[in-house]
Amino acid sequence: MPDAASIKARIEAAIPGAKADVDDWTGGGDHFRATVVAEAFTGLSRIQQHRLVYEIFGQEIGGPIHALSLTTISP
Amino acid sequence: MTDQHDNPIRQAITDAIAENEVILFMKGSPEAPACGFSARTVGILQSLDTRFAAVDVLPDPRIRQELSELSQWPTIPQLFVGGELVGGCDIVTEMFETGELAELLGAEQQADVSDPAVADGATLQIENRLS
Repeated sequence: MPDAASIKARIEAAIPGAKADVDDWTGGGDHFRATVVAEAFTGLSRIQQHRLVYEIFGQEIGGPIHALSLTTISP
Repeated sequence: MTDQHDNPIRQAITDAIAENEVILFMKGSPEAPACGFSARTVGILQSLDTRFAAVDVLPDPRIRQELSELSQWPTIPQLFVGGELVGGCDIVTEMFETGELAELLGAEQQADVSDPAVADGATLQIENRLS
């Protein structure tokens, strides 16, 4: 089962320089929300920024990770 | 590339997005959303008095699968305006709060003076409703 700490670590590992704050929204281990700050988002649309994060998890989104609510910020 | 002639669900989704200026793929219906994220997105569109087509992805899991492959977006709901993916609940909420969504929809509504086409649910094998 995914947890907030592992989701945070995976985001920060996959996007160089990213800082992620992740919490388990419901405490049930399947609804998470994350705020991600990354230079990599600069110049990208919101859609593209969110895709960068979603791509890390692939098929897990909608599967073990039922929901990952995102706020992406370009510093 | 997938041959769309061999993939009627993918084709129906493509057609529905092309034919409806504002279309929301969601869980449940605008009258009875089956997920909090879909409910919130419907509520935002309704608060802007936006006329939109809605497709329930729940009756057939292939709808969601094909939609996500087409849009490269993993979650439901998904809002399309003018054939382009705007985003899911998070982005729609953020754009609503900044006023960008009203601007996007307002501009579209002025540009489109005729009634939006209603997709034929029976032909598409996907459920369509106008709000």
